[in-house]
Amino acid sequence: MCQECGCGRPGPTRIDGKPAAEIPSPLLEGGGIPGGVTDPGPRHTHEHTHEHTHPQDHTHEGIADGQRHSHPHGHEHTHSHDHPHEHPHEHLHAHADGHDHGHTHERRTVDVHQAVLAANDRQAERNRGYFCALNLLVLNVVSAPGSGKTTLLQKTIERLAPRVRVGVIVGDLETDADAQRLRTTGAPVVQITTGTLCHLDAEMIARALPGVNAKDLDLLALENVGNLVCPAAFDLGEHLRVILSSVTEGEDKPLKYPPLFQSAHAIVVTKIDLAAAVDFQRDTLRRNLRRVNPSAEIIEVSSRTGEGLDAWCEFLLRQRGAAGHPVRAPGSPR
Amino acid sequence: MQSILAMAEQQAQGAGAAHIHEIRVRIGQLSGVVADSLRYAFEVLRPGTAAADARLLIEEIPATCWCDSCRQEFTWPELGWDCPRCGSPSRELRRGRELELASLEVS
Repeated sequence: MCQECGCGRPGPTRIDGKPAAEIPSPLLEGGGIPGGVTDPGPRHTHEHTHEHTHPQDHTHEGIADGQRHSHPHGHEHTHSHDHPHEHPHEHLHAHADGHDHGHTHERRTVDVHQAVLAANDRQAERNRGYFCALNLLVLNVVSAPGSGKTTLLQKTIERLAPRVRVGVIVGDLETDADAQRLRTTGAPVVQITTGTLCHLDAEMIARALPGVNAKDLDLLALENVGNLVCPAAFDLGEHLRVILSSVTEGEDKPLKYPPLFQSAHAIVVTKIDLAAAVDFQRDTLRRNLRRVNPSAEIIEVSSRTGEGLDAWCEFLLRQRGAAGHPVRAPGSPR
Repeated sequence: MQSILAMAEQQAQGAGAAHIHEIRVRIGQLSGVVADSLRYAFEVLRPGTAAADARLLIEEIPATCWCDSCRQEFTWPELGWDCPRCGSPSRELRRGRELELASLEVS
């Protein structure tokens, strides 16, 4: 289940129709490394920069009044520890005969301080290491449903081919409609259907990777499930997080969903050809974006008319260069 | 929430405890987690777990930035990266993305 919104339970995720859990990947922890360690054990990389206190004076509703402990003790007995009632911190009930229970189930505090998404973050780092080794630039493309992720990727693939070979892993709750659309470009595409889950996670990507032949690619786009909340928390191992916001969604999306917009490396304003029709306020959107994200690249495009697509593709090529991914000259052997 | 519960049960088991009485989590303002959603998910998921009768305590951490000009931290008054003292934009988020299981009370 998603930690953020409580949607869905894990299990039904499928990759190109097959249950995801049945697809092996050498990128998974303990999965397929010859002679490797199968259980890496806990590796905590969290920082402690906070102060916390453990409240000692908290009350337990319905228990502290001792009402639930009215059982008489007039006989020798042993307490079985799977009894259904709860004992409060201190036993408030008096035992007339003064006997001792000999309780060993004292309440105590266990300090954990473990990031909830530690497992996903570790897997994401494994993915990123693999991508870097392959000189592969990876995008995590996130937006609300209907902002134009699939169409933008279609046009991007068409513009970059054949110089830059692009693959896509696309996530949706159901159907492979997006994968079919993207396959018309000739690019390798893997469809993840998450069932009820509202985001992709790093493990799904690791399992889906063999399907796109990552070794033969220059750029991999991970098209996330349409959602502006939960994908923010799930690192997939990408180099660049790209957020789309269409002009028809208005100007206040960055203020309504700051965690996601804050995490973006690039923000693509889509459907710019409709700007006049919906009275889009360009300056307001930019101001709102800058309030939550002072540094992301902002690019305006229309996938329909082609406006801005050159700037977008140039940005991607620049990123490939900047990340130490030289773009191959046309026709050069790999 | 499912991950939090699974972690809590694993930790409780490791500590030799059968019951979880309290689960304390810390969530940052920019973690993407909504406290109410977490509470709701907990209500749905807790039956049948070691935490069936547990309380969920959520500590919310405000987004805190570092201002390089003032050499001081500031928290987001409402929303934004501009230092309330000097107005210059911060480029360093120091706290606010946390999502962690802090501690448990078990027996």
